Amino acid sequence: MTLITVDVTLPLGTFVLDVQFSSDCRSIALFGPSGSGKTSLANVMAGLLTPQTGHIGINGTTLFDSAAGINLTPQQRGIGYVFQDNRLFPHMTIKDNLVYGKKWAPPNQNGPSFDDIVDLLDIGHLLNRTPAKLSGGESQRVAIGRALLMRPRIVLLDEPLASLDQERKAEIIHYLLKIRQASLAASLAPMITISHAPEEVNRLADEVVMMAEGSVKSVIRTPI
Amino acid sequence: MNWLFDLSPDDRDALWLTLKIATLATCATLPFAVAVAYLLARKRFWGHAFVNGLVHLPLVLPPVVTGYLLLLGFGRQGIIGQYLDQCCSIVLSFRWTGAALAAGIMAFPLMVRAIRLSIEHVDQRLEGAAATLGAPRWAILMTITLPLALPGILAGAILGFAKALGEFGATITFVSNIPGQSRTIAASIYSHTQVPGGDGAALQLSLIAIGISMLALLLSEWLAQRMHKTRSGVTP
Repeated sequence: MTLITVDVTLPLGTFVLDVQFSSDCRSIALFGPSGSGKTSLANVMAGLLTPQTGHIGINGTTLFDSAAGINLTPQQRGIGYVFQDNRLFPHMTIKDNLVYGKKWAPPNQNGPSFDDIVDLLDIGHLLNRTPAKLSGGESQRVAIGRALLMRPRIVLLDEPLASLDQERKAEIIHYLLKIRQASLAASLAPMITISHAPEEVNRLADEVVMMAEGSVKSVIRTPI
Repeated sequence: MNWLFDLSPDDRDALWLTLKIATLATCATLPFAVAVAYLLARKRFWGHAFVNGLVHLPLVLPPVVTGYLLLLGFGRQGIIGQYLDQCCSIVLSFRWTGAALAAGIMAFPLMVRAIRLSIEHVDQRLEGAAATLGAPRWAILMTITLPLALPGILAGAILGFAKALGEFGATITFVSNIPGQSRTIAASIYSHTQVPGGDGAALQLSLIAIGISMLALLLSEWLAQRMHKTRSGVTP
């Protein structure tokens, strides 16, 4: 059983997203120049965009299958999506942001506890603040924590470093490497990182899905 | 300053009655206004433009027409009114509750406009994020959309309240001008201007009406600014 299989087509304005790949790797990257359809593919996987035809499966669960008429809602997909722009809820404290996804998850599910995640990301001192009072790096860590705490099937990180300066990048990559380690040890969900920077891909992923103009050119092992 | 608040017992009754009517009108209308505003802001459906027009009709119709339609609909012999009377002994015409209905309908378009605008400003990407986190639709509405639109909802409610306070045309047509039952501040001012020597009392009530309306507008403006700041992340 493959960990992840994706085979979808979706016309998107100027190009057609037409992606096929599968992987057994617990840490993969979607790599390609901006405009190659990486974020669109992330939205398709998370259920925020619906492909015209195709199939998406994760760990034996079918999330989407046009032939079988299966299209799980974003709520049912269990994809821990860390958005490029964080999307923290501005009217809630950091603590309420972190536990938001946990509230709707079925009880007794295995996975990291609140304290595990707060320790992993060093965000204990931020819990009572609001998102407006956080730096870019802190917001990113909270967004990652929120996604991990919903105990997802996979974690999907869209350009987790793109909006940060060099110093913050180093800060976040330190945490991402910790998450990667936990992912490989299966104490956290497998991760998919979206990036256009080769050095990030090399450090964070074992397998790279190379994308250009809406489709997959090749799937290769790191380093690229 | 004292003369301003030295009201005759009748005028004092009118003032309290008006506040009571406006409060009931606002509270009873608000849930419907939020629902319709959400529908107009977020759903595209057949008849969207028609519903939008219908909601705004009381804003542009002569108020006396709205009052007359209410009389046809909710009068004792009215299409709906006769059933309300028979089945539940509810009579609206010539009662203060009827005045609240008239005021609520006249305030409705203003409330819907303000609330719709604030819902349209809520970042839908946040709702998408909540969906990926597993929140059901109703929970997204209750925990993301409405809380973020709250300043606009309050501003709409205040605007509606101010409108309900001053409603005259539809009210006097539907429920007349009965002291203690349907004589609001506006109707009271009208009555004072119809009798010799009523100028002082009319001016007194007018100033109070201006004061309350101005206060409501300032409060609504302040909330709108606060909403803007929340969005741009200046205040929590």
